[in-house]
Amino acid sequence: MKLLFERSRSGRGSALLPPCDVPAAAFDQGLLRAEAPRLPEISEIDLGRHYTELAKQTHGVNDGFYPRGSCTMKYNPRVNEEAAALPGFTQIHPLQPAETVQGALEVLRTAETLLCEITGMDGMTFQPSAGAHGEYTGLLLIRKYHQSKGDTARTKIIVPDSAHGTNPASATMAGFKVVSVPSNEMGGVDLDALRKAVGPDTAGLMLTNPNTVGLFDANILEITQIVHDAGGLCYYDGANLNAVMGHVRPGDMGFDCVHLNLHKTFSTPHGGGGPGSGPVGCKAMLEPFLPSPRVKEENGVYSLYEPQQTMGQVRSFYGNFLVVVKALTYVLTLGKEGIPEASAGAVLNANYLMKKLMGHYDMSYNTLCMHEFVMTLQGLAHDTGVTAMDVAKRLLDFGIHPPTMYFPLIVHEALMVEPTETESPETLDEAAQVFLDILAEVKTDPESLHHAPHDCAVGRPDEVTAARSPILRYSFEG
Amino acid sequence: MSIIPAELKYSKSHEWIKEEDGVFTIGLTDYAQSALGDIVFINLPEEGDGVTAGESFSDVESVKAVSDVFSPVTGTVTAVNEALLDDPAQVNEAPYDAWLIKVSEVSDSEELLDAEAYEAVVAAEEA
Repeated sequence: MKLLFERSRSGRGSALLPPCDVPAAAFDQGLLRAEAPRLPEISEIDLGRHYTELAKQTHGVNDGFYPRGSCTMKYNPRVNEEAAALPGFTQIHPLQPAETVQGALEVLRTAETLLCEITGMDGMTFQPSAGAHGEYTGLLLIRKYHQSKGDTARTKIIVPDSAHGTNPASATMAGFKVVSVPSNEMGGVDLDALRKAVGPDTAGLMLTNPNTVGLFDANILEITQIVHDAGGLCYYDGANLNAVMGHVRPGDMGFDCVHLNLHKTFSTPHGGGGPGSGPVGCKAMLEPFLPSPRVKEENGVYSLYEPQQTMGQVRSFYGNFLVVVKALTYVLTLGKEGIPEASAGAVLNANYLMKKLMGHYDMSYNTLCMHEFVMTLQGLAHDTGVTAMDVAKRLLDFGIHPPTMYFPLIVHEALMVEPTETESPETLDEAAQVFLDILAEVKTDPESLHHAPHDCAVGRPDEVTAARSPILRYSFEG
Repeated sequence: MSIIPAELKYSKSHEWIKEEDGVFTIGLTDYAQSALGDIVFINLPEEGDGVTAGESFSDVESVKAVSDVFSPVTGTVTAVNEALLDDPAQVNEAPYDAWLIKVSEVSDSEELLDAEAYEAVVAAEEA
């Protein structure tokens, strides 16, 4: 398809600005560009068609089932968009005086209070733009905490080998050395390995619970105790909170700080419809170090302030504010009863689908799961040559987004399936049938699976060239 | 079935080792490259760097994941296969020709497996 630059014709455009109703301001000449930027000039209809064409090549949660493990691709309710589109939220500026944006500040303060209640934390920042940014911010909290006590020997973060790849990456970026501990046979933390790993150099532990294979680690209180006894802090990666929200709180499991993915658990869009948001909550002893500014309320009046020992800002202003509006809308819509009902539904749906596939596909753990389950196609690949990749690609032909592939790394030929609570039994039945139909194809015509998908706009992109020689900008010289 | 040349030694973490006159040449086995999938980047140490038995000296990024490569021996890197930096696909195409590093002054070594013992390791992982 044609790129925007290729559609561009000089003089065309879509922007119709109203007449200027304020005096023109003089710019500092030194700040002005010498030449106009080379932006595409496109009429509105051509622009619309361009994005529609792109959209037709993709698969979103509005197109069909999207059981992508660890991503929590739940439905994004339209009421969230309606709330976030209110002019009182969209037509404001981050530098406006606080007395003129009381509603927006109330949103931040209310969202903080409710999400702290859900996580068992005492304070929260909304600045981080997404999950990994939240991890980084949480780790800086841990670092500031140890530094404030003059404890500079705590340089290591313990991460289980089943963790999301972002965990060791965030720890490294925050200046820590990563210590990897092996998982036990249930994908949980090996307690003996953890006991050996902790010491006076332990800054903290990063963990998800339920863990990466979709199982709840029943040793969690002992795990956090071992780390605390060694003087370290415990960080909860909120990637899998959708399994336990409203039932168990990270704060009660012994965690000291946590990040949430509002774009997973709290139904805000993952992309296209809006950016991510990775708020970080913490226990009271870490609150003084939270990013600045924070929102406080006194006698019904909201204002901004800078915590005394703040780490500073981790991004501009207040983070992705409209995403917080959507998440707050979701929490208030579900309420105290709906929040635990949503996570119970997520666990029920995952177990329902797993049960339907069990006996046909190999499960990596033959036990009840939480909000997601992991299949291993190693046996299938060994017997037939059809890999997890082939099955995933074939699912696209049936209008189903592939599960997460080749993750977690501790499971070979993994397909990680997370249906979420917003799918109906009919959708799950249809999906299960598709999985079984594909298995039947593997038996009769394994070769055709290597060429799937057969009916999609995009089949098998050249991942190697995309990774090694990506073309990231348009070349005007052609 | 993956190829396991009889004349080489192996580590449990899927590196092959060839020793000649005290120089240890280290690469990734056929099983390792096949499990990783298409390799897109390789990070290698520099000549003169030290490596420690059981510790990571390199990481390889495939379309599936980033994985550590572990050194079976403790010693000093005397040569690095820099051609892999530009063309890491050589590891996929010819894993036993595409060596990663050569190590000398070896003071310590993991227990190295012969081809038969390594075949058992691979068979266990594939089971």
